[in-house]
Amino acid sequence: MSGKRGALLWAVLSITGTIILGLPMLMPEQMQASPIDRTIFLPGDTTDGHYQIEIECDACHTERFSDKTSMQGACVECHAAELERVDDSHPRTKFTDPRNADRVELLDARWCITCHQEHRPEITSTMGLSLPEDYCYRCHENIAEERPTHVDLPFDSCSNSGCHNFHDNKALYEDFLVDHRADPDFREAAFVPLRDFKSIAVGREIASGEPLAPADHDAPRDLPDLDVWVEEWSVSGHADSGVNCRDCHAPEETAWVDKPKLAVCESCHSLEHEGFLASRHGMRIAAGLPKMTPGQARLPMHEEALDRSLDCNQCHGAHAYDTRFAAVDACLECHVDDHSESYAASPHAALWEKELAGEAPAGSGVSCATCHLPRIADPREPGRTRVAHNQNDFLRPRDKMIRSSCLECHGLAFSLDSLADPALVDTNFTGRSTVKVKSIHYATKLRWQLEGKPPPWSEADKGNE
Amino acid sequence: MKSENRNRVAVVGACAIGLLVLAACQPPASTEVVKTGVEPKVMADALHAVMEADRTVYTRNVINRLVKEAKVIKASEHWKDEPALPLPAQMFRMGAEMVAKKDAGFSYSLLSIWPINKQNTPRTDVEIEGLEYVAENKGSNFYAEEMLGEQKYFTAVYADTAIAPACVSCHNEHKDSPKVDFILGDVMGGVVLRIPIGS
Repeated sequence: MSGKRGALLWAVLSITGTIILGLPMLMPEQMQASPIDRTIFLPGDTTDGHYQIEIECDACHTERFSDKTSMQGACVECHAAELERVDDSHPRTKFTDPRNADRVELLDARWCITCHQEHRPEITSTMGLSLPEDYCYRCHENIAEERPTHVDLPFDSCSNSGCHNFHDNKALYEDFLVDHRADPDFREAAFVPLRDFKSIAVGREIASGEPLAPADHDAPRDLPDLDVWVEEWSVSGHADSGVNCRDCHAPEETAWVDKPKLAVCESCHSLEHEGFLASRHGMRIAAGLPKMTPGQARLPMHEEALDRSLDCNQCHGAHAYDTRFAAVDACLECHVDDHSESYAASPHAALWEKELAGEAPAGSGVSCATCHLPRIADPREPGRTRVAHNQNDFLRPRDKMIRSSCLECHGLAFSLDSLADPALVDTNFTGRSTVKVKSIHYATKLRWQLEGKPPPWSEADKGNE
Repeated sequence: MKSENRNRVAVVGACAIGLLVLAACQPPASTEVVKTGVEPKVMADALHAVMEADRTVYTRNVINRLVKEAKVIKASEHWKDEPALPLPAQMFRMGAEMVAKKDAGFSYSLLSIWPINKQNTPRTDVEIEGLEYVAENKGSNFYAEEMLGEQKYFTAVYADTAIAPACVSCHNEHKDSPKVDFILGDVMGGVVLRIPIGS
């Protein structure tokens, strides 16, 4: 091949390649229906928290050739509310403060992507962390001077021994540890808060709050399969709260609609809907992608569930939305990892069975949802209890679920130790932890020293506190 | 026809070059702001006056009145976990954080030579000098310029004084306080306010 022909061929191939590769990046909307698989543009595997939406590049790369600022905007868009809720121990403002300019040179924590780099699986650990775990040391190298208990502790042990997290320390701060040092392992009154949707429906004048019988329904009499719908509705929370058929199918005197739009559900369940869309189950919908299927999951899933589409109705039927099904069976129909498979034989499941059988009070059973979709105070209507539907907020690090779930029934030390034992997590907490987290011991020792008192344990017990 | 086109191109080109020259000669807007704006010291003093007033009102009329005198509620650093009011220092820092989020053109912090939280120990030379100065020279403020990172700052330090019995008792009784003999009127620390200057 002559030099000229070779150069021409090179030019043609380069231009063609650039067009093929560049168009989907530069014109993503126009190329949405393109047969080109956008995964070819991924520079490396995405993290467990983002792979579901990895082909929707714009979700994070909000601008062409995004810089740090626009990338930060995308992080904040999804994660700011959670950081606010947990009182982020290291907010960005700590690092934009000019007095910390020298620290920023060591660790530029003004930007999420300094510690959480995407598409770098070779350096990414749990929590999407792509820094060596000695990052605490960069600013807290002198900690042993004010905390003598920390002398000789390994410099990478701060965040991997159950003691500290970079962002969420709501269950780990010193005074909290000391205040809860003497908690019993099992509380006498062990209940999760009960939901109170009835009061929400009544408060918003959507329903009377008076339970309705099957004969009270106000659906058109000529609807196909009316008997089936009415029967399912009549044993639901809707009928119990006085929410009749027309309240959803023909609200405010509008014409009857067989399948009400999501907006109707949202009038009462917006918090749950928002939580779902932010969750690993619903984030694909929020990003404009087809619904998540268990087949796309990185966790082990049941073979027969792989093709299901995850939306509200997968766990909650439109009429037969038994939340007891949603709290356990719906999860176990898909999830088949060790932790999930061990549930049925766990002490938590035994309590759940007792509650379902009416042998124990409401709120005393422990379902999958008790820990992973916990009951939380309604941030918009204080005093009301809702179910959080974004499991990400309570998943990792594991001690994020201490305040939202564990402490309802267990003591702090018991909870810290249990969550720190991976083998115990796999058996779904069947047995006792073999791990001892030292943080309560350290905090208590320091408090007693500062107050000039002997520690509340004998030397022989040291370390077993 | 060809020469007409050439002329048009020449005219358009000349206009473009002229506009570029004009734009280059135009002084940048920021220079105008510096010329007509407020001096950093004046701005810092004004901002601190507001901060000090709000801080005094909260400490005297809320904390001291309800916690110390009426004893109807307590103040706690864990006010989100307890039925308690935020401490005055926390109120101040929460304000500083909100300002920092707004990128308002200045920043401020509450520091001390005797901090309860060691992260609030003075770190820069100006912070150390300023906090020592306001502690030793009651009623005087401290002003300096400093380079932090690649930015130059006008930095002002104002004394933070124990204005109510609650300030004294809280600091003296706190387990992490390195100084436990404060009396009313003592300088307990300082407000460090920074305004970026220059380019």
